[in-house]
Amino acid sequence: MSPVAKKGARRPPRATVAPGAGPADGASVASAAPAAPRRSDGDHASAPIRTLGLTKLYGDLVAVDSLDLEVKAGEIFGLLGQNGAGKTTTILMLLGLTEPTSGEARVVGYDPTRNPLGVKRRVGYLPDAVGFYGGLTGRENLRYTARLNGLSGDDAEERIDIVLDQVRLADRADDKVETYSRGMKQRLGIADALVKEPQVLILDEPTTAIDPIGVVEILELLRQLVRDQGLAVLLSSHLLNQVQSVCDRVGIFAAGRLIGIGTVPQLARRFGDAGPQIELGLADAPSDEARMALATAIAGIAGVVAVHEAADEHALWRIDLASHEVADAALAATISAVAVVGQRLRSIRELEPTLDDIYRRAVSQAGLAVTRRAVA
Amino acid sequence: MTAATAARRTSRHDDLSGRRPGWRIVAAKELADHLLSVRFFVLLLVLGAAAVIPLYFAAERLRSLASDISGLQAVFLALFTVSPQGAPDFRAEVFLGIAAPLLGLGFSFDAVNGERSEGTLPRLLSQPIHRDDVINGKFIAGLAVIAVVLFAVMVSISGFGLARLGLVPAASEIVRLVAWYLVTVLYVALWLAFGLLLSVVIRRGATAALAGFGVWLFVAIPYFGPRFVSAILGIFLRPTSGEEQLGAYGLQELVLRFLPSQLYSEASVVLLNPSITTVSTPATIGQLVQYQQQIPSLVSLDQSLLIIWPHVVVLVALTVGCFALAYAQFMRQEVRA
Repeated sequence: MSPVAKKGARRPPRATVAPGAGPADGASVASAAPAAPRRSDGDHASAPIRTLGLTKLYGDLVAVDSLDLEVKAGEIFGLLGQNGAGKTTTILMLLGLTEPTSGEARVVGYDPTRNPLGVKRRVGYLPDAVGFYGGLTGRENLRYTARLNGLSGDDAEERIDIVLDQVRLADRADDKVETYSRGMKQRLGIADALVKEPQVLILDEPTTAIDPIGVVEILELLRQLVRDQGLAVLLSSHLLNQVQSVCDRVGIFAAGRLIGIGTVPQLARRFGDAGPQIELGLADAPSDEARMALATAIAGIAGVVAVHEAADEHALWRIDLASHEVADAALAATISAVAVVGQRLRSIRELEPTLDDIYRRAVSQAGLAVTRRAVA
Repeated sequence: MTAATAARRTSRHDDLSGRRPGWRIVAAKELADHLLSVRFFVLLLVLGAAAVIPLYFAAERLRSLASDISGLQAVFLALFTVSPQGAPDFRAEVFLGIAAPLLGLGFSFDAVNGERSEGTLPRLLSQPIHRDDVINGKFIAGLAVIAVVLFAVMVSISGFGLARLGLVPAASEIVRLVAWYLVTVLYVALWLAFGLLLSVVIRRGATAALAGFGVWLFVAIPYFGPRFVSAILGIFLRPTSGEEQLGAYGLQELVLRFLPSQLYSEASVVLLNPSITTVSTPATIGQLVQYQQQIPSLVSLDQSLLIIWPHVVVLVALTVGCFALAYAQFMRQEVRA
């Protein structure tokens, strides 16, 4: 395991669950567990999803590499990663739809491999590219799901009405699903995951194919569910700004490994190698002397680490700062420095690293780590 | 969340005793789908035509025969077995044997790969049911539709005989018809299981349908597979004496019995013709002579059943084998495509 990943993990992997442990290990763990779900209650309530050294191999391909993950009740956790990074495989293992090669998972107190029904009864799942029976109406599709979850009659109808309202599909509920747009199907998928009144919601790419306003609605709905019912939500996405806006914590996935985990500011600190920056635009292209003078003046400001001059007359200057705390002072000092050298200011602002930047840096760092490991 | 909803939720989540088993919910949904599908009506038409067309032509012959054979037993069964002059295969029983497999294939070739291509499989499997509930439910639903359709077709033929020809079945004939009905359902169940296997193994519905259709063409239609097998055997076997001729027939029969359609057609001939006492070609000239000298008589149902018992057992074994293979494959498959 690379140093980066070790730092990112919530807990170091226990020595007893070495990656690559055979199925025999899993069996011994299960036989030790009582038939009833393990409910060391405080534990269960705080972390409905927990994995330890979860690993999945497809032949030689490592889809998920000793994953340690914890999602607490009342939190939205975002799983970020490129296609093929192992997000969906992780989700399938959490649901007991595919067996881990080694390691273990606990979802709402159950082992998904040993007791998949216990997990599926309490976990709502929205699959990637969700589909419905086109010949049935939205309501009929939900009714089937309700039946499969042991709900029937008035209880089921009542519940279906509630979830249809929540995703704003009540007026189209009695149309056939084949007439729905992709965004509507996606919303119906969320309703479908909510029918069983889950304690945990696992959403695989929940906002793809939904229009921007719909996305805001969906994200608000998720927030509300988490706030009102204390759900734990795990969502995977590659739409970074949405993840940033809705998730309490984020895990960055690359090549099957979790290379970073934490809140967005925490990740920014870890992966923002340049720290905060000031972006500066000048109204006119300065002469060479003026440019030199300005660069020297800015370099002299307290807290400035480096000055990147504009490559051409339209480009922007970038000024690296030591920390966020010195930003205000540095900003003011930069403005006066521009005035002192006789230039006119067009724009100036402080740049916060976006999740986009963090993600790109994290992935490229992990890429280096992987290469290094391969060489070693 | 209020305490009441929490309590209700927990009780529903944990109480499994009052719960309907998953396969019944799946089967109920599939059955509703089947009965409302276009496919259902098309297959009903095909099967209806397969039953009615030969019956229409046979009716003339049956009327003229009826005067000769009245008083004999098993006139009613002749509805299914009489062919118009000069076309021995033009019988309701044979036509049903050809068309009925389509019923089995038609309701199962896209059972699993259809869920896959619609994207409903991961959603279905993430519900709290066992994975085998899905495939069991689909098989049961298919079987139920088949049983209903075949029942309707047989009742229609019988009704035609009663109403238009004035034939009234004897009790023993009804029992034979029921036995034939059960064997037919079994034979179609084999095709259902085979279609299910195709739907699990072949990812595209159209490809699975084509594969199923190809096998049906070769196996179920007597003008293809069996003729083909006979022709091939004919190249190698050039019998010179009568004994050798019989040996060649015997061998051919043996090979043909690898085709389930042959098993079914032999079984149905025996069940519908109480006068048939054997399904195997005599092995020697002596047996042949003996067979020819037999006094024509009608055997009872249990004797007929005794003759076709091996056929039934093999059909059951093939069905179970196909289903088990489909089941095992389905349980092992990844949820993702």
